[in-house]
Amino acid sequence: MDMKASKKKLGLKERYRLMTRDLGWETTYQPKDKVFPYVGYEGIRIHDWDKWEDPFRLTMDSYWKYQAEKERKFYAIIDAHAQNNGHLNLTDARYLSALKIFLQAISPGEYAAHKGFARVGREFPGVGTQVACQMQAIDEIRHAQTQIHAMSNYNRYYNGFHAFADTRDRIWYTSVARSFFDDAMSAGPFEFMIAIGFSFEYVLTNLLFVPFMSGAAYNGDMATVTFGFSAQSDEARHMTLGLECIKFMLEQDPANVPIVQGWIDKWFWRGFRVLGLVSTMMDYMLPKRVMSWREAWNIYGVENGGALFKDLARYGIRPPKGWDDAEQAIDHMSHQFMLGLYQWSFGTAFHSWIPSDDDMDWLSAKYPDTFDKYYRPRWDHIKKLAAAGTPFKNYGLAKLCQTCQLPTVFTEPDDPTLTCHRETAYKGEKYHFCSDGCQHIFENEPEKYIQAWLPMPQLFQDPVKGDLGEWMKWVSLLDGKDNGDYAGSEDQKNFEAWRGLATTNQ
Amino acid sequence: MPVAATKDYVGVPRDVAANFHGKQLVYVSWDRHLLFAAPFLLCVPPEMSFREMVDGPLAMLFQPDPDAAAIDWTQVEWLKSNQPWTPDFNRSLADNGIAHKDQIRLRTPGLNSLLPAA
Repeated sequence: MDMKASKKKLGLKERYRLMTRDLGWETTYQPKDKVFPYVGYEGIRIHDWDKWEDPFRLTMDSYWKYQAEKERKFYAIIDAHAQNNGHLNLTDARYLSALKIFLQAISPGEYAAHKGFARVGREFPGVGTQVACQMQAIDEIRHAQTQIHAMSNYNRYYNGFHAFADTRDRIWYTSVARSFFDDAMSAGPFEFMIAIGFSFEYVLTNLLFVPFMSGAAYNGDMATVTFGFSAQSDEARHMTLGLECIKFMLEQDPANVPIVQGWIDKWFWRGFRVLGLVSTMMDYMLPKRVMSWREAWNIYGVENGGALFKDLARYGIRPPKGWDDAEQAIDHMSHQFMLGLYQWSFGTAFHSWIPSDDDMDWLSAKYPDTFDKYYRPRWDHIKKLAAAGTPFKNYGLAKLCQTCQLPTVFTEPDDPTLTCHRETAYKGEKYHFCSDGCQHIFENEPEKYIQAWLPMPQLFQDPVKGDLGEWMKWVSLLDGKDNGDYAGSEDQKNFEAWRGLATTNQ
Repeated sequence: MPVAATKDYVGVPRDVAANFHGKQLVYVSWDRHLLFAAPFLLCVPPEMSFREMVDGPLAMLFQPDPDAAAIDWTQVEWLKSNQPWTPDFNRSLADNGIAHKDQIRLRTPGLNSLLPAA
C-alpha cells in the first residue's frame, strides 16, 4: 500500500502568481497584435504590462468565496426587510422618487459597466489587468442584480418601479445615463478605463454612493442600505483599479499624458453632468436629508478631488478643464433640475412636488447666496398656480443637449438669470449644447455625437409621431399612477393609509 | 478631430428634417424667464407663419409666467442663433429663414416679475 504523501501547501505569494500572472503566456499560433487587436489604436503606448500593480492581490478563488459570503448576508436581510413590512418604515414615500431614478438610470448603468469591463478584460494583454477587469465585470453585474432585488420589494406596493427596463430604454431622462455608458463602451479600452474606472469610479463615485446610501439609512430604507454595504468592499477595489490604471498609463510613456488629460477633461464633465441629478435627490427628494449637495461637493469634490489632482500633478496632469464651471454650478443645479422635473412630471415615472415651507427654509439656509434670490420666487409662483387650481405643467418639452442629453436647464456660469445657449453646425446640421464643456466634447468627436438618440426629438419621429398618450404607452408609463405631483398620488395615499394602520388604532 | 477607430468612422445623424413627417423642430426661449426650465422644443410645419407660431404654441406655453399678458409683441427683441434678428410676422417660418433645429430667443426688457431685483 502506498503511503499518501501530503501535498505541499502553496505559499500566499506562489498561489497568487499561479492564479494570476501565470495565466499569461506567449502566443504561438497567432501574433500577439492579432490576439489583442484593440490595444494600440487609441495611441496609448505600453512598454511593460508586468508593471501593472494589483494591490489587492485577490485571486479568483478567494474572490468567489468573499462574494458568496456577502450574497448570503445580503439576501438574509432582504428577506427580513420584506417579511417585516420594510416598505412602511420609510420616513415618507417621497423618498421613493430617488430610488426610482436610481433603478431606472443607475442600475442599468451597473449592467453596462459589467459589459464594458468584460470587454476590456479581454482586450488588454496584461494579466493583472485582465484579472482585475474580470472581477469588476462580475461585481458590476452583481450590483445590478442586487439593486434590482433590493428594490423589488417596493414594486409590490408602489408605482414607478414596474417597468424599469422599458424606462431605461425609452424614457427621456434615462438616456442621460445610458448615453454616458454607451459613449464609454464604444470607446477604446484605455478610454473606457479613464471614463468608468477613473472618472466615474474614482473621482465621482463618492458623490453618488455616499449620499445615496446615507440617504437610504436616514430615511429608513434597510434594503438599499444593505445593498450599499454589500457593494462597499467592491467599490474600494474599483477605485484602486481606476487609480492604478491611470498611474500605469502615465508612467509607461510621456506621450500618453496629453491623451489621458483629454480623456480626464471629457469624462469629468460627462460624469459631472450625469451625476447632476444626485444633487436634486439630496436637496429635494430625501424627506430626511443627509447634507446638501453643496456640502457633499465640498467634501468629495473640492477636498478629495483637489488632493487627487495635486497628487497627479507630478505626472503633468492638471485638474479637469470643466472644474471651475462645475464649482460655479454647484449652488444652482439642484434647483434648476427640480424645477424642470416638477414642470415635466407628466412625463416622469417618479413623482416630484413643490417644496414645503420647511423644505424651502432648509434650502435658504444651505444656499444662502442663491436660493432666496433666484429660486424661491419661482417656487412661490408655482405654489400660487397650484393653489389657484391651475398647477404648472410645461408641455413645451425641452431642448436637449446633444452631448449629455440633459434638458438644457443650465444658466451661464457667470449669470444665473440667463440660460446658457450654445450651438454649432456640422455637415449642414445644427446641434445644441447645455454648456461649453459639452460643446467641446462634441467638437472633439462630432462624428460620434451626431448619432445621439435624443428622446425629445425622437418623440416627434416614428413610431410615436408626437402623440403624448402613445408615447406613454411606448415607455410603459401609467398615466395618473407613475407620474405627476406627489401630492394626491396613489403612492402618497397608500403610504399614509398603510402606515396609519401600523401606527394608529383607526 | 476624427474619432479614434480601427477603420473609417462615419456617423449618421438621427434628427434630420426628413424624419419629422413634413414638420421641423424649432427651439424657442424667453430670455430671463426661467420659470420655464429649458428652451421649448416645438415641432411645427415650416409653412406656419411666424404670427401663428407666436399666437398659437408660444402664447399657450408662456401663459403660466406672470409677465405673459404684458408682452408687447411689437417691442420684443429677437435673436436667431444668438444674433440679433427681425422676424416678419406675416411670413412663414421657412421664409423667415428659420431652418430645422434653429434656436430663436426673445427679450422683453422691463418684464421681470420673477427675477431678483438688480
